[in-house]
This record gives sequence, structure tokens and C-alpha cells, in this order.
Amino acid sequence: MSDPELRDYASIIDQADDYVEPEILPLPLDAWHRAQGARMVEFAGYEMPIQYEGIMAEHAWTRDSAGLFDVSHMGQLVFSGEGVAHALETVLPGDIAGLGEGKMRYSLLLAQDGGILDDLMATRLLDDQPLPFSAQDVEPEAYDPLHPSPTASGSFYVVVNGATKYDDISYLIEHLPDDVTINILEDQALLAVQGPKAVEAVARIVPGVDGLVFMTAGAFYWNDVPLWISRSGYTGEDGVEISLPAEHAVAFADALLALPEIKPMGLGARDSLRLEAGLPLYGHDLDPEITPVMADLGFALSKRRREAADFPGAERILTQREHGPATKRVGLIVEGRQPAREGAEVIDDTGATIGRLTSGGFAPTLGKPIAMAYVPLALAAPGTRIEIAQRGKVHTATVTAMPFIPHRYVRAGAK
Amino acid sequence: MSRYFTQDHEWVDVDGDVGTVGISEYAQSQLGDVVFVDVPETGKTLSKGDEAAVVESVKAASDVYSPVSGTVTEGNAALTDDSSLVNSDAETAGWFFKLTLSDPSELDSLMDEAAYAAFVEGL
Repeated sequence: MSDPELRDYASIIDQADDYVEPEILPLPLDAWHRAQGARMVEFAGYEMPIQYEGIMAEHAWTRDSAGLFDVSHMGQLVFSGEGVAHALETVLPGDIAGLGEGKMRYSLLLAQDGGILDDLMATRLLDDQPLPFSAQDVEPEAYDPLHPSPTASGSFYVVVNGATKYDDISYLIEHLPDDVTINILEDQALLAVQGPKAVEAVARIVPGVDGLVFMTAGAFYWNDVPLWISRSGYTGEDGVEISLPAEHAVAFADALLALPEIKPMGLGARDSLRLEAGLPLYGHDLDPEITPVMADLGFALSKRRREAADFPGAERILTQREHGPATKRVGLIVEGRQPAREGAEVIDDTGATIGRLTSGGFAPTLGKPIAMAYVPLALAAPGTRIEIAQRGKVHTATVTAMPFIPHRYVRAGAK
Repeated sequence: MSRYFTQDHEWVDVDGDVGTVGISEYAQSQLGDVVFVDVPETGKTLSKGDEAAVVESVKAASDVYSPVSGTVTEGNAALTDDSSLVNSDAETAGWFFKLTLSDPSELDSLMDEAAYAAFVEGL
């Protein structure tokens, strides 16, 4: 039998060329995962848990109760200094200046031609309280002693993808003015607790966390340990993401696992959950050749920014928005039981390649194979039947509105 | 009946000139939850090492290689309805296909149960 992981992770390993530090690094919870019985794989330059008891069981547990995901590989950054909101708007197409304290927004780091360099979450931190982080400066010359964070002009907490974080930082140092300080929170772990019972469970050990609503964040304490908690996530379920000092990560993870609703989850379930939720994964569904309009992420282009047309690649992106992009990201439900996976080709009736699958797998909650693909605009309407060529076989699929599974976020006013 | 194993974690039970092929308990544990199996069609001629079947987990697809040369006499229809048999009963009910061996001497290059157990121990 061929090695299942070689084919599965080849595309991820391909991205590893860009890493600043090639050696495999242990994450704060590395030994903890092994002690819990995780199977570890290399991902984004780290050893990470791929699964515990099995992807199907973990996936179902997160949908029904709550799962704990270690996402400490992701990059946690704080931006501060004079004019920081405006500076961030030179590389992001969202309304960053308009974010209130503790409010967050999904955004896209754009190359000068409008291609997507990364997707990220940006949160305006609170002005009246010290950062709950022990921060480390990027480099001495980038540090502005006149503007130690936080400043009255506000500061922003940004979470970027692990596989892209070093490239992102290089790009941001190059494109942001010297007045802006970038702190890399290298000593912070990041844990996500996701699922319908996540918030009620966490609130038993972190009182008040249930006061947050979707896409808001705040500072909390657990046994005098400062936590920065966002009500957000990447599974389509309600839940929180918790940033805390790495030296307390094991004790806090133990405390979370002591809650009966919470079980540990691997990257495998994280991937199947986000796919069902219709959420694109950077390096697969998004890359520098893709614009926000092609990716069907138009909601990340805030109205004020569209009207000002003042973000990278604005002319190209707004033209695509008006006239439609040549190709667009769509969801697919694949007929039969065999999954169609990343790299499979969308073909026309002559067999010519007209599109490509960027994610695909078996959807545990739906009980059928699903995928994301880029297809010509004429084939992007829900209900359109398309053909997929994979390893010498042709599969039929139907374009489907995403998410495949309804999101269950707890929004303001819904409580 | 004798059972032989390959280094790619296939097993073959041999009874006369009929072989029954599957993947090992170790292989299914590495795969995780199996969601789809594609078995070869009856009559297909296979050489030793040919890609004979496909087994798909939630996350990944793997090829199953034929441990010996021969002609397929039956694919396991039960796996079409319930591919999880590969997880729950990899070395019995979760068999993939049966074939008529064309060159039984090929079995000499395979491992017996004890040798395979030692091989897995060393991985």
C-alpha cells in the first residue's frame, strides 16, 4: 500500500521552501500532544498532531460538543504606532480604521497586483489596558521608542497563517511606514476551542467569556495568567481562540481537557471541519495568483475601501467585481463515495482542463465527498453539473452554495 | 492455508492456487477512517507490484499493490457498501480481492506473519 501521508502532504511540504528556519521546531504543547496519544506529522515547519482517536470521531465531537485545537504554529503579531490603522489599510482591503476596540475582522494581505498573500484576522486592541502579551520586537531598527505599544492611536492584534508568517512579516516590514512597530508574539501559544458547547465549558474556568459575541475579543484571566480571547474560529461552529503565554499552555490545556465537553483534536479534523464550513485554506484555495473576487471573498472588501479604491490591486479587483472574474471559487458535492481531492482537474465535454480542485475530501457530517474548485464563471452557478478527472477516472459533481454545513456563530443580538 | 505479507503492508492468504488479498491491521491503523475502496474488476490480469485497488481515508488516497501476479476472480462487494470493514476487520472480512496465482514462486520473496511483525516493530 502506498504511504497515505506522502500524497496528502506533498502540497504542504512544497510550500516549505519559503521558511526562514528550516529545522523542525517543537510547539509549546508538543510533549503534551504525544502524552495524549496524538499521531504527529510535520506541518508548517513544526511537528503537529494530525489526529487522536480518528478524524471522523473528532469531527463529530466538535460538531456536537467541543474540540480543543492547538494552533500555536500560527503567527501572532501586534501592530502599533502613529497612523497604524491607515498603514494597515495600505496592504489590507478592509475597514481597519473603523474597527471598534475589541472588534475583529477577517481580512486579506494583498500583493501589489491584488493577489492574496495570506488571509488573517485583525482585532483592535483595547486602549485603556496593557497588552496581555510579552512582546518581542522584530528587529531593533524597526522599533520606534517614541511609540511603545500600546499607544493612544491604538494597536492591532493580527493572526496570520503559520506557513506564511515569515514571508508576511518581511512584506509588512517592507510596505509599512517606519512609524509602525511590529511585535511578533513568539512566546504566546494559541488554542482554539470550537463547538456548540465550547463557550459554556470555557466560561466555567474563565468567567465572563460568554459575554463575548462572534468577532469580538477581550482580555481575561485564568489563575492570574493573562488570556486574550476572541469569539471566532475556523470550523463553522461557535467557539473561542485563546492566546496565552507559552509557559502556561500545558497547565491551561490540562484545565480545558478536564472539562467533560472538551476533547483534543488534530489537524485532520480541523481540515474536514473548515471544508464543510466552506472556509478557504491558504496555500490550497488561496494563493498569490488568486484575487479576493476570484476567491468569492468579496465581503472582505469593505464598502468605504471599495469606494476609495485605495488598496493594492484595487483597479483589477474592482473591475473583476463589476464584470465577474474569469474563474471563481465554488463548492462541489461529488457524486458517489470516492473523494475528489486537491489537484484533480475540472474538464469540459472534450476532456480539456478548464478548472482545478483546490481542496477536497470526505465530509463526515454530510456523509459524502465535497470539494472546492476554481471553475469558469459560466459554470459557477449552484446546480451546475461538472466533470472531474482524477487518476484516470471521471467523476460528476454539482456546484453547491457554501457553506456545506450552516455556520453556527453566536452573533450580537442573537443571545 | 498460508498467509504472506509485503513490505507495503498487503497480506495474501494462499489456498492451492487461489490468493485472497487485503491490507494489514497496521496499515488500516495508519490510514485512519476508510471512506471508500475501489477493488479490481473480475478478469483483470495483475503483475506482482501492480496498483490493484485504491483505499481512501477521510484525508488521503492510497494504492494497494498486488502481492503476487495473477488473474482477479472476485472483488469484495461488501466493501462497496461498508468500507469501514477495512478498519474493523482488516485481516478477515475486510479483504479486497481474490486472484488465481500465475507464479506461486513469487511467494518466496514475501514475509511470513512473524517476519512481518518484526518488520512493523522496526518502523
